[in-house]
Amino acid sequence: MLIYIIRRLFYAIPILLGVNLLTFTLFFVVNSPDDMAVSQLGAKYVTPEAIHSWKEKNGYDRPLFYNPDAAGSDALTETIFFSKSLRLFAFDFGRSESGRDITTDISTRMWPSLAVAVPSFVVGIWVNICVALLVVMFHATRLDRWIVFVFVAMMSISYLFYIIGGQYLVAKTWRLVPISGFHAQGQFWKFLILPVLVGVVAGIGAGARWYRTLFLEEANQDYVRTARAKGASEIRILFRHILPNALIPILTGIVVLIPSLFMGGLLIESFFGIPGLGSYMLDAIKSQDFAIVRSMVFIGSILYIIGLILTDISYTWADPRLRLD
Amino acid sequence: MKPLLLWSDLLIYVLVLMLCLFFLRLRSDPQTREHWRRVFSTRLGMVTFTLILVYVGIALLDSLHFRRALEPVAGTQSSERFYDNQVTSALDVMLGGMGERFERTYSSPFALISFAKENMKDENGALYRDFPQLEHAGRHLSAPAERWTDVLKKSITALIWGLLISAVLVGMQWAFLRRSSLPWYASWLTQTTVICLAVWLVLISPYYHVLGTDRGGADVAYQSIKGVRTAVLLGTLATLIMLPIAVTLGVMAGYFKGRVDDVVQYLYTTMSSIPGILLIAASVLLFQVYIDLHPDFFSTGMEKADARFIALCFILGVTSWSSLCRLIRGETLKISQLEFVQAAHAFGVSHSRIVTRHILPNVVHIILITFVLDFSSLVLAEAVLSYIGVGIDPAMGSWGNMINSARSELSREPVVWWTLSGAFFFMFVLVLAANLFADLVRDAFDPRTGSRVATA
Repeated sequence: MLIYIIRRLFYAIPILLGVNLLTFTLFFVVNSPDDMAVSQLGAKYVTPEAIHSWKEKNGYDRPLFYNPDAAGSDALTETIFFSKSLRLFAFDFGRSESGRDITTDISTRMWPSLAVAVPSFVVGIWVNICVALLVVMFHATRLDRWIVFVFVAMMSISYLFYIIGGQYLVAKTWRLVPISGFHAQGQFWKFLILPVLVGVVAGIGAGARWYRTLFLEEANQDYVRTARAKGASEIRILFRHILPNALIPILTGIVVLIPSLFMGGLLIESFFGIPGLGSYMLDAIKSQDFAIVRSMVFIGSILYIIGLILTDISYTWADPRLRLD
Repeated sequence: MKPLLLWSDLLIYVLVLMLCLFFLRLRSDPQTREHWRRVFSTRLGMVTFTLILVYVGIALLDSLHFRRALEPVAGTQSSERFYDNQVTSALDVMLGGMGERFERTYSSPFALISFAKENMKDENGALYRDFPQLEHAGRHLSAPAERWTDVLKKSITALIWGLLISAVLVGMQWAFLRRSSLPWYASWLTQTTVICLAVWLVLISPYYHVLGTDRGGADVAYQSIKGVRTAVLLGTLATLIMLPIAVTLGVMAGYFKGRVDDVVQYLYTTMSSIPGILLIAASVLLFQVYIDLHPDFFSTGMEKADARFIALCFILGVTSWSSLCRLIRGETLKISQLEFVQAAHAFGVSHSRIVTRHILPNVVHIILITFVLDFSSLVLAEAVLSYIGVGIDPAMGSWGNMINSARSELSREPVVWWTLSGAFFFMFVLVLAANLFADLVRDAFDPRTGSRVATA
């Protein structure tokens, strides 16, 4: 098991390298440092000297991949690729274009993101499973078909409308909670209720529909028929036979998402004014701060790879027949 | 009048033509025909497909662009004709200039007066503040109280016209299709509803703003309809760009295995490990920088918006192939183990022939299901991307841009609800129809669900 994990971690290195190379190509080859200088300085102040000094100040005045002027191993390290991209492997994110330290920003902004994302995730799964079980009880009736229709209709509403509608109804009309904002101390839960609620409700359509399919797949298995033939009640079949077996695909399907919870939700955070990583990314995109985008891409891909490894481990944990080696 | 062919216009017509050819080809296969029959033998399938066709039809009409010739200015002697910088489409003409009736600012649906007070002068020249009359709504009324009876009268006329037109159209279809066993009446009912609504909209919009106006005074109903083309085009084009990449790589990986498989797997794991939204945002921003640095490439603002739009489709397509590639790789792996492929190998059939004759026809159902499923998610994604600021160019109408510019309107007092409702309604109907249709297609084509229905 341990050997397997170590091997998987080694496999992750070429993938991360590929991610780095891809983002590097996007950011520095497609959009050369000269273009970057022009767009950051604004077309008004473009002179060759200004571009040069901007590049020098931000460390973009080196060659991209290979530096013929430097001696020995410096020929590879004194390049933009090494200084801007490979540094990420040491979790050295450097400074954003506006001069702030990215590592500090990320470590402080991680917590608000988690405060919203974790409750939404946990409550969301719980609600989805409950709703799906309820629907499975009415399987193959007219009601079942209507509920599935409602699920599809809920899936067809843009996430933006859930947020806007939630803010309008709960916060503005009923005045139950503040519309947006975040507070680290005291009654911080007041600010979290609405984002979590919106996140959960928006997820019911797709989530409950998927779980319903999983439950129904289990309900067609032979062991369910056997249990029914032996006279087990429907409730007992549902909770003792179908639910535990269907939890395996549910579990393995959601484990890959767990590490990504750190990244927070882009939309939720920006609408509710939560100072998390999601709104951090959004601000970076809007102000075209590519240093932050690059770092977040790197973190995001690491988290995804961790998620994949955790998925494999959770398979063995949920299904004793599987062995990793 | 000077026709103007935008790149996206060309693409949408090529695309629709390709889809038609593809379906005609599929028709020759009796099993596929049976699958389609299953989709269309349900009322839901008929209704949703009709709705999707209506949207596609609007998008096609909206893709016939031209620039109006300007009236020669009196007094100048010039044989040269000048053309309007504004690009008009066939749909604009059919809507009867709905997009040209601007107000000053917000006005609610069917309103006669503006939403905001303005400084005005009365006959004696004294200043006072009141709600000004709208320029293009209710000007024909002699008293404001007549408004609702007038609306009712016009609606009834429109309903009669609508019913007449649909009676002709449906009657023609009925003459051909009455012997068919499929539930065509569901489709006819939908057509009648859509036609009546369209006629009503066209007849009443010269007199009122049916869905009010937005902050810039533009008609909301018109904007919502203009969003159709963007959504339909984005949903199909991005998927069609993604398909060749995913299918080629997936089939190659599953068929040749070994080294090729390793490379393809590496590629799609790398692709899917990058957070999609960041990759898309970064690519779009970079393209925007490129456009800004080369402003002389485009002659009209519409062409610039169009270039950005195609780039967006391209980026969405190139970044989203990994999941379909994985599916096709798995399926190809399974198929290439089967006896008929082994037999083809033993007979010495070439690789390319095995792939085209034996493998591809057996993965077509996955491609089809993905195509229909992705359509709705792309339409939804457009709204989110436009909200983030990396979506459609604001010069090109889209529901995402409408939502983006209207998101703070619900917190106004009194509430401005109509802009959001317009975008919501048109988007919801399209996505819901696409989702429901996708479900039916999946049930009909997926061999797994097929057998499940059969045994259950």
